[in-house]
Amino acid sequence: MENHILIVLLIPLVAGILSLFCWGNKKLQQYIFLGGTLSMTVAAGFLLERVVNGGIIVLQSAGWEAPFGISLVADLFSSIMVLLTAIIGFAVAIYSLIEIDSHKIRFGFYPLMNFLVFSVCGAFLTGDVFNLYVWFEMMLISSFVLMVLGNEKAQVEGTIKYVTINIVASTFFLAGIGVLYGLTGTLNMADLAVRLPSVPDDGLKDLAAIFFFIAFGVKAAVFPLFNWLPASYHTPPITVSAIFAGLLTKVGVYTFIRFFTMIFNHESVFIDNLLLYTAAATMFFGVLGAAAQIDFRKILSFHIISQIGYMIMGLAIGTKLALTGAIFYIIHHIIVKSNLFLIAGVVNRLKGNFNLKKIGGVYGKYPFLAILFIISAFSLAGFPPLSGFWAKFIVIKAGLETNDYFIVIVALVVGFLTLYSMTKIWNEAFWKKMPETQAKENQPKAVSLSAIKPMMLPVIMLAGITLFIGLFGQSVYELASSTSEQLLNPKMYIEAVLGIDYNL
Amino acid sequence: MEDILPFLIGCLYAGGIYLIFHRSFVKLIIGLVILGYASNLLLFTISRITRAAPPLIPGDATQLTEPFADPLPQALILTAIVIGFGLQAFAIVLIKVGYKTLETDDLDDITSTDKLEN
Repeated sequence: MENHILIVLLIPLVAGILSLFCWGNKKLQQYIFLGGTLSMTVAAGFLLERVVNGGIIVLQSAGWEAPFGISLVADLFSSIMVLLTAIIGFAVAIYSLIEIDSHKIRFGFYPLMNFLVFSVCGAFLTGDVFNLYVWFEMMLISSFVLMVLGNEKAQVEGTIKYVTINIVASTFFLAGIGVLYGLTGTLNMADLAVRLPSVPDDGLKDLAAIFFFIAFGVKAAVFPLFNWLPASYHTPPITVSAIFAGLLTKVGVYTFIRFFTMIFNHESVFIDNLLLYTAAATMFFGVLGAAAQIDFRKILSFHIISQIGYMIMGLAIGTKLALTGAIFYIIHHIIVKSNLFLIAGVVNRLKGNFNLKKIGGVYGKYPFLAILFIISAFSLAGFPPLSGFWAKFIVIKAGLETNDYFIVIVALVVGFLTLYSMTKIWNEAFWKKMPETQAKENQPKAVSLSAIKPMMLPVIMLAGITLFIGLFGQSVYELASSTSEQLLNPKMYIEAVLGIDYNL
Repeated sequence: MEDILPFLIGCLYAGGIYLIFHRSFVKLIIGLVILGYASNLLLFTISRITRAAPPLIPGDATQLTEPFADPLPQALILTAIVIGFGLQAFAIVLIKVGYKTLETDDLDDITSTDKLEN
């Protein structure tokens, strides 16, 4: 049973090490990443199946009993996230075959991608706060190098901003860990959940919560900590942007949900309000930023921020339905957002530019690509019956049930504004004619679709998954619903990790 | 010891943040390094300092007797120092590359990724 967790973690680790050994062999590294992510998808599927049918799986590393050793825990939420990580990894693996040039591969692109996937999965599976910190740092260092790989001017600029803010966030994380350890004397998440309520409250608990709020807030790009994201996410190659956009901010959201349901579970009104207003501001300012932009990737980057707001909104409302909505939203968002970035890359290849003013006419020439874009973009904006509609619908319904009208109104307005910028991309890139003067200028960079056919495969795959989530929303809803039930009853998690007869 | 360390930590945080607000790349890195020290010391202090009492069980006893120094925070700090060292090494190389590529060491000059295109 426990070995399922190990297999999921070992596949990307072994793949990473193997591709270090094949440093000079470009083809072999590509096959290793492709094979690794594909087998990981299968393994993660099995893990999820086991968790759905058999309950939470716990692996005590090296046989040290919790809370003394490091526990790796796969509950429903973790396994869903791991599966999504593997799927996105596989999608970008196919995409990278065409996009990543041999120069970047020579400087270690593939080992880094493997280690990135490895550390993201580790962050989802760990049950120990300090171990989480270590996974975070691993994830950061691989993402730093991936972002700057290629050394273009914009990349270096973006990376300096990204590195600075993330190192600052790490120091906050460490300080938070220190405060928690000082209060309780433990770092195991389940043990923390048991011990923290009995600690006399003299404001230190809120202080620790604020430290974690800042650390995870920077990772998840919530208001007002999001400025690094639109300044850096559009600079690396699309393969890298897509995996960052899909996964890295969602690691932040995952830890938010994990910490603020289990460890700091709605004890403090102050933290609850903070989450709620942050969610509203994140949505609103993210979408306003997107409305002003005309670069394809920058619009998408700002939309990551506004969508993070919906997930935090689900967490802040905190009822079962709201958490279900947040989880549904994460599932839908990871798939759709990565896919939109991949489509942006394809359009750039076809037309030679990311600037919406300088491209056009994609619909006339490549109607199939246009349909794939429509599926993803209108899903993001929340059109029925696509996946985004159900995600928004559940979150907003939860808000109405608890009479949080303020945030519901914000969410609805943001939905319209999202539609506005998706329509802008549609009008400019797909619908309008290619500007004549620009056509000549872009000509040398533009290629025909037949030359980049393999890039379409992941786009079709992810669009298919989006359609599936939309049309068979019921099964995904049920999965999200039982996940939120698990999150709201931390007792299950605690008993799985510490044993049934554990008490203070 | 426990009376002095909080002031030291406060000074380190203040100094680190002050340096980060400067415009020079090098001061930015030094600021980040100092912030890292501050957090490590905070972790060290907040988990209570016990002097001259290693957590060793005497030969004729079966368990530890109070007071003893908690070894875990020290292990955590050691890990954090190593990780921090890696990140700082990368950051230093990055600003060197940045200085070469961007031909400036002024943070206010690197705004091209923030600006609106037209």
